Parts: sequence; C-alpha cells; structure tokens
Amino acid sequence: MVDSNKWGMVVDIDRCTGCQGCVVACQSENNIPINLEEHFNQRRAIQWIRIERYWEGEYPDVKARFIPIMCQHCGSAPCEPVCPVYATYHNNEGLNVQVYNRCIGTRFCANGCPYHVRFFNFWEPEWPESLKNQLNPDVTVRSRGIMEKCSFCVQRIQRSTRESERDNEVLEDGDRGLNPACVNACASNSLIFGNFNDPDSTVSKMKEDAMQEGGRGYRLMENLGTDTNVIYLRKVDEFVVEAPHG
Amino acid sequence: MQEHTQLSHKQINEDLLKGVLTVPKWWLPAVSFLGLVVLTGLGAFFFMMYHGLGVTGLNRPVMWGVFIANFVFWIGISHAGIMISAILRLTQAEWRRPITRAAEVMTVFSLIAALHTPLMHVGRPWRVLYWIFPYDFSRGIWPNIRSPFVWDPSAVGTYLIASSLFVFVCLLPDIAILRDRAKKPIVKKIYAQMALGFRGTPRQWKLQILAGILLSALVLPVFVSVHSIVSWDFAVLIGVEGWHSTIFAPYFIIGAIHSGVSAVAMLMALSVWLYGLDKYIKPDHFDAIARLLIVVATTWFFFFFLEWVYALYTLAPPEIALRELQAFQWPYGPLFAIFIITSFVIPVPLWLFKRVRRSVVWMFWTTVLVNIGMWLERFLIVIPGLIRRTHMTFDWGTYHPSIVEILIVVETFAFVCLGMLLFAKVLPLVPLFDVKEGMVNRRLIKVGRRVIPATIREGLPHHYYEKKQ
Repeated sequence: MVDSNKWGMVVDIDRCTGCQGCVVACQSENNIPINLEEHFNQRRAIQWIRIERYWEGEYPDVKARFIPIMCQHCGSAPCEPVCPVYATYHNNEGLNVQVYNRCIGTRFCANGCPYHVRFFNFWEPEWPESLKNQLNPDVTVRSRGIMEKCSFCVQRIQRSTRESERDNEVLEDGDRGLNPACVNACASNSLIFGNFNDPDSTVSKMKEDAMQEGGRGYRLMENLGTDTNVIYLRKVDEFVVEAPHG
Repeated sequence: MQEHTQLSHKQINEDLLKGVLTVPKWWLPAVSFLGLVVLTGLGAFFFMMYHGLGVTGLNRPVMWGVFIANFVFWIGISHAGIMISAILRLTQAEWRRPITRAAEVMTVFSLIAALHTPLMHVGRPWRVLYWIFPYDFSRGIWPNIRSPFVWDPSAVGTYLIASSLFVFVCLLPDIAILRDRAKKPIVKKIYAQMALGFRGTPRQWKLQILAGILLSALVLPVFVSVHSIVSWDFAVLIGVEGWHSTIFAPYFIIGAIHSGVSAVAMLMALSVWLYGLDKYIKPDHFDAIARLLIVVATTWFFFFFLEWVYALYTLAPPEIALRELQAFQWPYGPLFAIFIITSFVIPVPLWLFKRVRRSVVWMFWTTVLVNIGMWLERFLIVIPGLIRRTHMTFDWGTYHPSIVEILIVVETFAFVCLGMLLFAKVLPLVPLFDVKEGMVNRRLIKVGRRVIPATIREGLPHHYYEKKQ
C-alpha cells in the first residue's frame, strides 16, 4: 500500500513495431477530433500519442525506427509555471493535468514544451454524424481555442482508484481497467503503465532495472532537467548498421 | 547656426494651436484612409474570432507568430515616451522640450496597439478579462504569479496608466489655453471640464510641475521592468534554445530604446513637415537626438553581439542550428541581412556626419530604416526561435503568416498613426507652456561679438546675464 500514487510509463522501443494502434485507441478513448489530411498538411493534427518514424542508415541497409511520444508528465514541467490561469498544473499523483475550462489559449505552454506534445484546437472540432454516438461520455469534448494533451487517461485512473478505495483493496497493475487506452491497445506490449511509488509494480521494477549502470533506460531530453515520468528503453540491435563513411 | 528665433507668446500660441484650431488639407483624407485600414483590421479580427485561430498561419511547433513579434515591437516603440520625458527631464536635457508630448502620446497609443495583438491572438478572446483580472473569488483560484503572462498585463498596465496620467498632467495648461480660445460653447465646455479648473495661479503651476517631476521619477522603474518582463515571456522557456537566454532582458530594453528614440526622430520630422513646426524643432534638436541614437544603437549592437557570442560559445548543436537558420537559411537569411543593415550598418555611420544629423530628410529616412530593422529583429527572434531544429526532426515545421495576420499587424500601425492624428486635432502635439518656459530659460551664448539665445542650452535666466554685462 502506498500513500500517494505517482503514475508513469515505461516505453520499450525495442518492442515497438510502429503499428499506430495506440494512436487509434487514444483517438477514440479521448474524443480527439478526426484528423483529416488538411489538418496534417496544416501541421495542426491532434495526436495525444504519436509514432515518430525515423530512417536510419543508407540504402539498402535502411532501418525504420519508431518512437511513441506522448506527454511526458514532467516532474518539473516547463509548461506548468507559464500558464497565467492555472489551466495546467501538477497534481499530487505525478500527473500534469490540463483543465479545459480554465484555458484561454495563450499557447505559452505549447511553446514551452520541448516534446511538442501539446495540441491547440485551431478549429472547432467536428465529427461525422455516424461517429457522434461513439464519443466517450467520460471525457470532455474540447472546444476551439484551447489546449489539450495526453492525460494518461485520467478518467480511467480516477475510476479505478475510486473503486478500489470503495472496496478497500490495493490497486495493482492493470486492475479495474487502470491502464490507459494506448497501453491496452499495444499489441507488442511496448507500453507499460503503473505506479512508480509502489515498489512492487512492474514499472518500478523495470525502471530500477533499466536506470542502473549499463541499463537500457533513458529519458527524453534529460539534459533539460524536466524529470519526466516516462522512461524509454533503448533499442537492442542484432544487426548493427555500419556507420556511413566520414 | 545655434541661434534660436525668439518668439513672442502670441506667436507660439498661434503656431502650436494651428493644428487644433484649423484643419489642414491633408487631414481628412489621411484620417479616413487610416480609419479604413483600422476597420479592415478589426474586421479581420472578428473574422478570426468567428472562425478560430485556424485562419492564421500558426501550427504546432510555431504557436506564436507575427502577432507576438508585433507586440514586442510596439512595446519597444513605447519606450520612447519614458526615455524622452522621464530620463531626459530628470537629466535636464533641454532639447527635449518640444518633443516630450508627441513622444508620450505615441507611448500611449503604441501601448494600446501592443496590447491589441496578444489579446486578439488567444484562443478564446472573450475570456481575456479573466486572464488580466483573474480574481475569480467564487472559484478560489488566484492567478499563477509564476507566469510572465501575469506580470505582463501588470507591467504594461502600470506603464499605460502612468503615461496617460503624465500626458494629462502636462496637458492641463494647454487645455486651459484652448478653453479660453474655443468659440463653440460645447467645445468650450468640454475643454473646461478637461482643464480641471486650471487658471495658472502660482499654486496650480507648482502642483502641475511637481506632479510632472514625481510621475517621471516614479515611472523610471517601469522603464526597466516593462521590456524585461516582455523578454521573460521568451527567456523562461527552457525548451526553446534561441529564447532561453539570460541576456534577453537588457538586450530587449536597449533594443526598445533604439527603436523608440528612432520613432521620436521620425515624429519630429513628421511634425516639421506636416505642421510646419520648423521654428520649434530645429536642426539642433535632430543633432541632439542623433547623438543620443549613436550611443544607444552602438550599445544595442554590443548586446546583440553578446547574445550571439553566448549562444555560439556553448557549441551546442541545437543552438548552432538555430543561429544558422536565423542567419543563413531561406527566407530568414535575407531578412537577417536586411535587419543588420537597416538597424545598424546604414544609419549609425551616417549619423556620424554632422550634415546628416542636422538634416530633417536624412534623419527621417535613417530612423525609418532603424524601425524596419527592429521589427525584423523581433520577427527573427520569435519565429525562427520556434521553427528551431530540435533533436526530434519529426516535428520540424515552418510558418507563413496568413492574410488575416498581416491585416491585423497593418491595423496596429494604422491605429497608432490614426491616434496621433486625432490627438493632434483635439490637443496640441507640442507643449505650449514647455516651449515658453524654454524660451525664458534660454542661455545666452557668445558667437563672435554677438550675444544670442541658444537653441537647446538653458541655464540661468536672461536677467542674470544682463546684469553681469
């Protein structure tokens, strides 16, 4: 039993196949407006989790590398102190929370985010008539002019912690639908979600293992001191691509 | 050359009130044109508010665009007022007299223009009041005082209130003159209300002068704070290499003085041409402001240089990539070249020549160049700063301002010009009483065998010298 929770994620790049299943799951769980081609062309598509694809090596020894990037829920987040209206703040469960009703859309936070995981609603979100009935009733539909970003599916975290408290049970990994939609959808188990304050949770053990000397773990842009709650595990390469000349 | 035309009070009243009591031929067409531009800009704003910020060119890595560059530019221009009226007043630089009011009025209008754009460019403009006065007691949420966006409205607001008060206090004696000259009873009544019963009694003069000195001393901290805070809007973000710099505050302030004082020189030239004030604004005044500008511009260039040295000294790849983007890549490379050439390389060497410093035409065009350059400077800080080449190449983006953004930026320029022209129609742009005071205080200098009143040097009153002789 732990006093307070510190939610976090471990992302194993070695397992990621870049299938985009997490992106679709997130899209439908969190009522994210449909990203049309024009939104991508305008660079205004909203994807709380995205797969970044990088090519490595020269033809014919080319490798596609995938890295899923979502809000890193930084312990000392650059986006939090700059919001004048407290629309984004750090809650006591290690989450970087976005309060849509407070947001006025200065976009200061989005400029501050080194991971570019904050998304602005440039247009009024629209769904085709056929999709309106599939909107998730647990998640607010955001209006135009405000910021949104990954919440680690806070609605699921809230529901499962509330229910486990009601039943006086200890909430363990993945109990009562705790996992975010992306984690549930990940076919290769490269996303693992859990409580870093609970020493027995999978993520804590993985973190301990990965962050020791010679481990595979790293944080994105650690040099900025953002103290993220997402740990990435490095790719393990069987075939080392030879570095190009020079 | 240094001789000043000694003018009677009657002459001064006639000259300086000409713009108010008569309508110049160009005034109506100019005002209606500017009004049209302002209305178009407002139309663009409402269009943007109706359809959402999608109509701008902003996108994911570049969340701030020309609006913010323009905001910084106008805040910079607004430093003119404080520089001219507070610092020069307290250091007793007497050449400031005829231009104080124009500079202060420009400060007020440029602050309003500066406030336009950030307020318009938020996602939900109808909630802006909740940001600036966010004291929503019912919900128990105080504003986030760690955010530079809370410091911004308080600093700019303080500046706006202080400058408006300053303008008003300095206007009182002139409004009283206008009240006495107004022919229409309604106009007379309005001026009478505005003059607050100023009759020129010794006590009133004493209070008026004291208030002016007090306000200019109290506003001095704002001189440092406003643009520092504006610079912190950028400097606090650790994730943006080009912005996260400790030198930003002094660099922005000196840049603001550079563009602000240049704008005052532009104003001086315009008032000579449009209102025929060549008896009041003399080549000596241009000479003095150009000397000041040489110092300011060189200091600014030094800070600009330091900013680059600090950035490149780290040898951090993102910093170097950003500087390369700013200075060498299309389309920022050519803009960067224009910025350096117009804001320093052309004007400063020119100002070293006395003939340039004393020429209205030359001073006008060199200071116009400076302001083009300084606008580009802000543009080159804000936009390439966000387009920066981060480690995550997947998120690289670019930015093209849309027509809506351009219309609103043009609107801010038209707004300031329109404001100045309307002000000049209602109240004199050159302070009458200040000019008269200057005439009395003028120091006598000896040129050859003649003893003449100097243009900008003041000292003990006439009779002191007369007694001595």
